[in-house]
Amino acid sequence: MTTQTPLARVEGLGAARSGTGHFWRQRVSAVALIPLSAWFVFAALSLVGADRDSAVAFLHQPVNAIAMALFVIAALHHSILGLQVVIEDYVHAEGWKIALFVLNHLLAWVVGAVSIYALVKIAL
Amino acid sequence: MAEQSAPRARPLSPFLQIYRWPVTMATSIAHRVTGVALSAGTVLLAWWLIAAATGANAYHLFALAAAHPVGQIVLFALVWSLAFHLFNGIRHLLWDIGVGFEVSTANRSGVAVVIVSLLATAAVFLLSHQDLYR
Repeated sequence: MTTQTPLARVEGLGAARSGTGHFWRQRVSAVALIPLSAWFVFAALSLVGADRDSAVAFLHQPVNAIAMALFVIAALHHSILGLQVVIEDYVHAEGWKIALFVLNHLLAWVVGAVSIYALVKIAL
Repeated sequence: MAEQSAPRARPLSPFLQIYRWPVTMATSIAHRVTGVALSAGTVLLAWWLIAAATGANAYHLFALAAAHPVGQIVLFALVWSLAFHLFNGIRHLLWDIGVGFEVSTANRSGVAVVIVSLLATAAVFLLSHQDLYR
């Protein structure tokens, strides 16, 4: 039993104790993805039809390796936040919701780990 | 004091097909659909990177899948998704700072985002298929 009023309960960081954290991280990653996506499209276009040696040579360049790593990290971060909202909107059964939240994070971490491993392997 | 009776079934808001589709509603839904598609697309990006890191055979397998008609359809769906989500995302960021939120402006920017994203996708198609018309 709490003696707090409903207003006091949601003031400050609010009922979820996360404040505007989700909103803010979604916007920051969105802004970061504007230049990174543009770079990615030009990078991908320059490698259309190229063989493996050209792709490796491109990703071996430090600037390209770092930009690709930033793109992957920002995209996956943005993806986790976006898919979380989609799950919250459409999945109301508590068990399924929690399971999908976990799956959302796990899949993004696996995709991220595979991508970064590949980039490190090519760069070294 | 009167007994609280069981709540009657309240009317629910009508489902999607009841509404006329305004531009802002269509672009909002498309933003979400393309976002989910792009999330799935990160798996293909990871496949491309790990194929490049693994070897010529692995890379050749990816290249074959990418050049296959089904692969081409998937890739161009992703190119359009990226273009639309990028341009419409900028529209959302402008709304966040209070720019362009009037209904008439939002309708026009919605149409503009659809047209520009299709043009960008067409440009990517032409630039990536130069062998077709050389």
